[in-house]
Amino acid sequence: MRICCCVKRVPAPGARINVTADGQAVDVAHLGFTTSPHEECGVEEAVQLTEEHGGEVTVLTLGPPEAAEQLRYAASVGAHHGVLVPTDGSPWDPQRTAVALTSAIRNLEESDGPFDLLIFGNESADSGGFQVGIRVAVALGRPIVGGIKGIEIDGSTVRARRQTDAGFEVYEMSMPAAVGVKEGINLPRYPTMRGRLASKRLEVAELPAEAPPGGQSMRLLHRPPDVTSETVILGEGAGAAPAVVDVLADLGVL
Amino acid sequence: MLLVILEHDRGAMPEAAREALTFGRTLAERMGVPMHAALIGSEDAALVAEAGGHGATRVHTVVHPVLEDFGPEAWGEVIAAMVGGLEPDAVLAGGSDRGNEVLAQAAARLDIPFVANCLDIDPADWSITRIQWGGSLLEDVTVSAEVPLLTCGLHAVAAEAAQSPTEPAVDVFEVDLDPALSRTVVRDRVVLSAGVTLSTAPVVVGGGRGVGSAESFAPLEELAGLLGGKVGCSRAVTNNGWRPHADQVGQTGTRIAPEIYIASGISGAIQHWVGAMGSKHILAINLDPEANIVQKADWAVIGDLHEVIPAIAAEIRSRR
Repeated sequence: MRICCCVKRVPAPGARINVTADGQAVDVAHLGFTTSPHEECGVEEAVQLTEEHGGEVTVLTLGPPEAAEQLRYAASVGAHHGVLVPTDGSPWDPQRTAVALTSAIRNLEESDGPFDLLIFGNESADSGGFQVGIRVAVALGRPIVGGIKGIEIDGSTVRARRQTDAGFEVYEMSMPAAVGVKEGINLPRYPTMRGRLASKRLEVAELPAEAPPGGQSMRLLHRPPDVTSETVILGEGAGAAPAVVDVLADLGVL
Repeated sequence: MLLVILEHDRGAMPEAAREALTFGRTLAERMGVPMHAALIGSEDAALVAEAGGHGATRVHTVVHPVLEDFGPEAWGEVIAAMVGGLEPDAVLAGGSDRGNEVLAQAAARLDIPFVANCLDIDPADWSITRIQWGGSLLEDVTVSAEVPLLTCGLHAVAAEAAQSPTEPAVDVFEVDLDPALSRTVVRDRVVLSAGVTLSTAPVVVGGGRGVGSAESFAPLEELAGLLGGKVGCSRAVTNNGWRPHADQVGQTGTRIAPEIYIASGISGAIQHWVGAMGSKHILAINLDPEANIVQKADWAVIGDLHEVIPAIAAEIRSRR
């Protein structure tokens, strides 16, 4: 089977996220970059599915030239192809991103054949628009369900499980289809030495795609007010237990 | 008119839907328009009454064979049809998985903007403050759209009934749906836990890296059991395979909103904090008095959770 997995390069935050002085971007001076967590699991899922059923994984990203690093990381854990839709590094709004990715996928399908499954992260860790994968799938006429934490392939059918409060909902779609996955669908592997060599050999294909800006425009990023609490120290060690239970009693949860 | 999409599942309305109605009531007032609600795939009188209790003056119901159970594509198609047929000034849903998913579906079908997880909306020029990074960063955006599609951030407001509840008028919305939309309707359900769940539990006992192993969660389970609550955990714990991912509290896990969150052996990294910040009260148990979670907690016990948690359980038992 042929799987296309879309990923996003995002800063890897530590204890707090700072914004540049002009409020236009996350200050990444002291931050590394990573693949957005849901999408890292998406790549792992795609690789596992092709290990079980055969086929190839193409990882697609839209971002600055440096986003090739995330494609190489995907290759180091088993993805076969990496495609970059280059931007100048400014954040693209969700509509614009979706139009460009749709056109890139159409191009890849015209040259190499249709994808059976498109895998997206449910939402990106940074901008969290909750929509790019859905927009791409709808534009391509593919069924898509989000929040997926389990995938089984049975012939041409995808059985997808979505976590709910009480358990799982099960969906069944005929391929070609698309899913938005969430962390927890698997535990991503670490790159092996052989994987690292494969990532070095990966030829990152560049596929420019033009798209007009959508209707949502970013004006300013800012930090929410810090939560500062007058923390009451109830005590040290086991001796604090009675004070804790007093608090629980006051709250009425005993 | 502001149209609020009511999330519901087999006769029950989740907190996110009541939050959307509460958020929507304020937004509709600011817009100077009435608030209507859309009940997709149901005509349940109890749900209509609940919408009225939260301030909706009119409820548009849609019943169709394709809508007998939830399906994101079918719901998106209905919402898109309502945008055309009812001509709302804006559409709002709760910031749950389903709320965000169905509005994205509608927006994709209409090729119009959708702004997820809004905290503050000025309808005069549709300038909006929304959530990035699960809430550890905020983004001011403007949206240029004839009909803005919006969700409000989960737990951005506490659900509150209207001071003057209404008995809403009920209109049937007729829509012609392609039977093929059933391709993404729920086929089956697997129920793993009945009753209290992590996102609705009044008490959550959380464990982080400091718990040390899968087995060492037993005292946390016991304490949660005594308090009628659930055990949650940090991302480090699920990455180590000590707990299933369904127990994770955080940006990539569950957003909790208990009366009290007892966070033990958890440092309080951003990823975890954004899942826990909806808690009404926080009690931290940590060896490190400088830990982020201790700074943000209402109460803290400085010490080893392996001693403190069993002592709390023993104290509760001795008082019963």
